[in-house]
Amino acid sequence: MSVAGINVLVEETRARQAAARAPLLSVRGVSAYYGSVAALREVDLEVAEGEIVTLIGANGAGKSTLMMTIFGSPRARSGSITFAGRDITRLQTHEIARLNIAQSPEGRRVFPRMSVYENLQMGATLHAGRYFAEDLERVCTLFPRLKERLNQRAGTMSGGEQQMLAIARALMSRPKLLLLDEPSLGLAPLVVKQIFGAIRDLNTRDGMTIFLVEQNAYHALKLAHRGYVLVNGRITLSGPSRALLDDPSIKAAYLEGGHPVPDAAGQPAGA
Amino acid sequence: MDVFLQQLINGLTLGSIYGLIAIGYTMVFGIIGMVNFAHGDVFMVSSFVALILFLLLTTWLGLSSIALALLIVLVLTMVLTALWGWAIERVAYRPLRGSFRLAPLISAIGVSIFLSNFVQVTQGARNKPTPPMLNGGITLLDQGGYAVTLSYKQCLIMAVTAVLLLGFWYLVQRTSFGRAQRACEQDRRMAALLGIDVDRTISLTFVLGAALAAVAGVLYLLYYGVVSFSDGFVPGVKAFTAAVLGGIGSLPGAVLGGLIIGLIETFWSAYFSIEYKDVAAFSILAIVLIFMPSGILGRAEVEKV
Repeated sequence: MSVAGINVLVEETRARQAAARAPLLSVRGVSAYYGSVAALREVDLEVAEGEIVTLIGANGAGKSTLMMTIFGSPRARSGSITFAGRDITRLQTHEIARLNIAQSPEGRRVFPRMSVYENLQMGATLHAGRYFAEDLERVCTLFPRLKERLNQRAGTMSGGEQQMLAIARALMSRPKLLLLDEPSLGLAPLVVKQIFGAIRDLNTRDGMTIFLVEQNAYHALKLAHRGYVLVNGRITLSGPSRALLDDPSIKAAYLEGGHPVPDAAGQPAGA
Repeated sequence: MDVFLQQLINGLTLGSIYGLIAIGYTMVFGIIGMVNFAHGDVFMVSSFVALILFLLLTTWLGLSSIALALLIVLVLTMVLTALWGWAIERVAYRPLRGSFRLAPLISAIGVSIFLSNFVQVTQGARNKPTPPMLNGGITLLDQGGYAVTLSYKQCLIMAVTAVLLLGFWYLVQRTSFGRAQRACEQDRRMAALLGIDVDRTISLTFVLGAALAAVAGVLYLLYYGVVSFSDGFVPGVKAFTAAVLGGIGSLPGAVLGGLIIGLIETFWSAYFSIEYKDVAAFSILAIVLIFMPSGILGRAEVEKV
């Protein structure tokens, strides 16, 4: 058996073990509104420890709303959200963050008038600087670009660098669960590749649990173990990434038109 | 030259007081985008608190060392005024967060009127004098009968202001609280996502602003020797002007603006006419706003995204 084959086996075993445990994050029947406009309707979703789960969908489907609803703003008007066995539906945003969930949000939201270093210090808020030196080293290894720019004001960096900073800042809190909202948005293909490589490393090397929201369905499904499809605030499809990549409706809606399409055997090209 | 030097000293003294008050305006504006119109009255209340404490210590408790009394008064006034600042935010502003933009502004005007009336009713409408203290000074220059003096009070005011501003600068730039405060200023929602308790940070911002206003209040009382319930308004508006002039949202800007307003006011009084000193100060503000809308040290609103 080839090395790649063993890897696939290992990965599948791990995914199965993970699914058997209680999920780290579970979203049950969550609906959320902006004013009277429904943004999420009865969303059900789970992320188990050690998994990369992706949520794909078109612009305006409610992906970012779900990310923010997990953090309590906008609040879920019905349904419940539990994290590590604890109901977090009614907690305030900062209380949820203190349970060790980190987010690299839509639009990156680095603090523009702070240096890269200070942004990373902000990321380490939960630990009051206890592991700062060690974690700084770690994120600088993951994104060597940041190391050269520690003293630069974050607002003056390029989009790709800001994205790296946003992810690095989220990692500084040593999260149990990392939420990434569109890390590929507006970035050059080479930078996207770099960032997705870093995400994969985080999962395989450090066992980080990752929930990834993406418009770039092909890349996201190739990276993730499982996926969900969100259409108009509703989950319409879910399953292992491989199955979703093969699903004709997904192919038609998200994969064709510019994105490379997996070959007929269902093996993603270049995996 | 001698008149100039004397006015420079007087102007810097006055400017220090304005600068200390201006920081409260600029910080609150920076973090919640609201002009806290009650801030001038918080300053006035602190002057009264200082006066009462001073009289308590010296006449009732018989404390004979003026220096020690002043130190105790300064610390206690900062604490008590900070409590006022905290309570005002809690009662009058926090419930309105998320309401329409003008709501907290109207509430602030209400608090301002409440505070000045409260002091008028409880303390009386007349000027309250303090016993003279810290008299004398250093004669720097004495030519042809015009002596340039730096009074001990002025020394104290400038020294206290300088030390506090340095400490404050350190707090905002180098400590984790300061970082959290700046983070909330730049992106409140993101700060919350990182585990910062935004409400608490806003509360502390009011507490700090009030504590600095309290220092200004103590120094004002010391300098002028009298205080009245209406003394919150004009210094308050001037300090607000200073904050806008320096670039609202900018801490060094607030101090610089305060010093400039103090200097303009004193020089105008000395060389032109004392009746028009306020006109001069506010005219400069108008001119700066026309040609430099974001103030002297304010940041241009354009940012790379």
